[in-house]
Amino acid sequence: MRGERGRGLLFVLTVLLSLSMASAGVAADKVIKIGAVYPLTGNIASTGLDCRRGVELAVDIINGKYPDLNLPLAKDAGLPNLGGAKIEIVFADTKGEPRNGQAEAERLVTQEKVVAMIGAYQSSVTKTASQATERLKIPYVCSDSSSPALTERDLKYFFRVSPHDAIFVRDQFNFLRDLEKARNVKFHTIAALYENTEFGSNVGKQILKVAPEYGYRVVADISYAANATDVTSEVGRLIKASPDVLMHASYITDAILFTKTFKEMGFNPQGITTFAGYIEPGYLPAVKGDGNYFVIRSTFALDLAKRKPLVAKVNELFKKKYGIDMSENAARSFTAPFVLADAMNRAKTTEAEAVVKALLATDIPGDQVLYPWIGIKFDPQSHQNIYAQGTLVQIQDQNYVTVWPFDSAAAPVIWPFPPWKSRK
Amino acid sequence: MSEQLIQQLVNGLLIGFLYSLIAIGLTMIWGVMNIINFAHGDFLMLSMFISFWLYTLYGLDPIFSIPICTGLLFLLGLLIYKYLVSKVMTGPALAQLVVTFGVSIFIANAAVLLWTPDFKMIEKPLLTGTWSFGTIQLSIPKAVASAGSVLVSLALFLFLRKSKTGKAILATEMNRNSALLMGVNTDRVNALSFAIGSALVGIAGAFLSMYYYIYPGVGGTFGLISFCIVALGGFGSIEGAFIAGILIGIVQTLGGYFFDPAYKYAIVFALYLVTVWIRPQGLLGW
Repeated sequence: MRGERGRGLLFVLTVLLSLSMASAGVAADKVIKIGAVYPLTGNIASTGLDCRRGVELAVDIINGKYPDLNLPLAKDAGLPNLGGAKIEIVFADTKGEPRNGQAEAERLVTQEKVVAMIGAYQSSVTKTASQATERLKIPYVCSDSSSPALTERDLKYFFRVSPHDAIFVRDQFNFLRDLEKARNVKFHTIAALYENTEFGSNVGKQILKVAPEYGYRVVADISYAANATDVTSEVGRLIKASPDVLMHASYITDAILFTKTFKEMGFNPQGITTFAGYIEPGYLPAVKGDGNYFVIRSTFALDLAKRKPLVAKVNELFKKKYGIDMSENAARSFTAPFVLADAMNRAKTTEAEAVVKALLATDIPGDQVLYPWIGIKFDPQSHQNIYAQGTLVQIQDQNYVTVWPFDSAAAPVIWPFPPWKSRK
Repeated sequence: MSEQLIQQLVNGLLIGFLYSLIAIGLTMIWGVMNIINFAHGDFLMLSMFISFWLYTLYGLDPIFSIPICTGLLFLLGLLIYKYLVSKVMTGPALAQLVVTFGVSIFIANAAVLLWTPDFKMIEKPLLTGTWSFGTIQLSIPKAVASAGSVLVSLALFLFLRKSKTGKAILATEMNRNSALLMGVNTDRVNALSFAIGSALVGIAGAFLSMYYYIYPGVGGTFGLISFCIVALGGFGSIEGAFIAGILIGIVQTLGGYFFDPAYKYAIVFALYLVTVWIRPQGLLGW
């Protein structure tokens, strides 16, 4: 009896094993595993989930047939040069911590056997995760981190599609200069306010470096911890310094807290230009009308659809899938899978060296990207997309509206900002 | 004295009183049971969400949700004590340490699942805006929350000193075995302390929801700071926690104003380290 049961079990196991081996053989041919590290829990989980939505939609488009979308690989199912292979994304949670970024990237490569990596939104996490993939010789395409330092490391396997903060900072100063010319105003003083991790401190550094070139004096240079429970002392210093313009690099919790504290303490510079936090999808629902007038660096706004039909089409798909409009983060993370799939398709393999070579030869025209860029082409040394550039949006009536460059603006910028007391 | 200095002192007091209220709940649980409630910050978050949902679903202003938040958190504390904490009270020390940690992880993840990690805010609370005294700005919801925190702390203090139950709690805190010999039902005292500690952080959460953003991770930094306050004030000392909370609020804002704001929490924790070095039992510990 016992022996019989043992044999029966053995038979079932053999069948299962052969089945699983058969499916593994098929899978190896047809599925390309790409790792994605994002902060899916923790402080900025809402942002991570937003990035994840962008990635998932991109994979839907690559794997499915979308004949009316002018995006790389949209028209065919999967990667035609690899026998129609499908992309599969393996997500891993960094909790927003650099050490998890590294550990999860290593786990994805060594255990999940991913052949390429995308992510990780926060620059500090992207930094450690991409160090891990560099060591393991795995291509990493980042379209959502903006610290300039990331593409100054001469890594062989790391590529960045999106513009970095040195470009964004210069954009903001160009905006101020254009504003001076257009409105016949003059700015003298700038305050720099930034959170103190990789992203914020690099923006701060750039602001301090660039301001003198434009003839502005930096009257306050304030770094702070993004997880602060109270920022009244920071705002107190700003009020004392009384700058014409404030430039603020934040994540989302601090953007909300500063907005409330600016209002509470009555901090009224002529205007505030910002990075990142103020454009998170969680920001406006939390602060509502108090978010009006902030100017934010951006690569994407839905009003781009007026000049770019692709934006409207992609947003329609996004809305159908998730029930909300596509945000800047989702749009940024949306791009990396296309760039990787395009390179693998041209390389006709997922082997790292060949993919890197194909990435270096990437030349995606501007009409195939969601942003107002010339296209995607990587610098051979730094691997930064040389065609990436930023725009500025302003929150007007609780909507993000493109206001700069002036010639592609959807509405004129409201400047100076009305003081808090006079707002409804 | 510059106006900004006074402004910063005021701001320090406003956040300090709230810190005190959060920390008093924590120190009470520690003092009576020798259990660190790692879920304290998560209790704060739960109370803020209760307040948020009462506002969103029933239009109840956070100021009126205070009794409901307090009651529900009291009940939650009671249940968690009865079904989890009391089970490990006689178990190994490590189990006592881990149980509230598990509760914390459970609550935090359940909150993400139930309410998404998105940020919420109570849109139009009754109490809003600022009073201006010359150039000094006083946030009305923060001022009310501070006044409330002081009143609640005072009420607790009187309850512990004057009432029979309060005295039983204090006796248990001083010496569990002697209290037991004197006929104090220490299990009941434990349950009550855990529930009161939770209710206190519930009140703090309701106050905080009037002006602070709400999301599943909101308790993190508050929880961490309240541990620091409890240690600074002396483990189990309610007066100590009250004073240490205010002290840390002021040190944080003034430190941020005069030195680099990036280091304001470093200054707070440095103050804690120095205190521990000179007076390991904390300011008012014994």
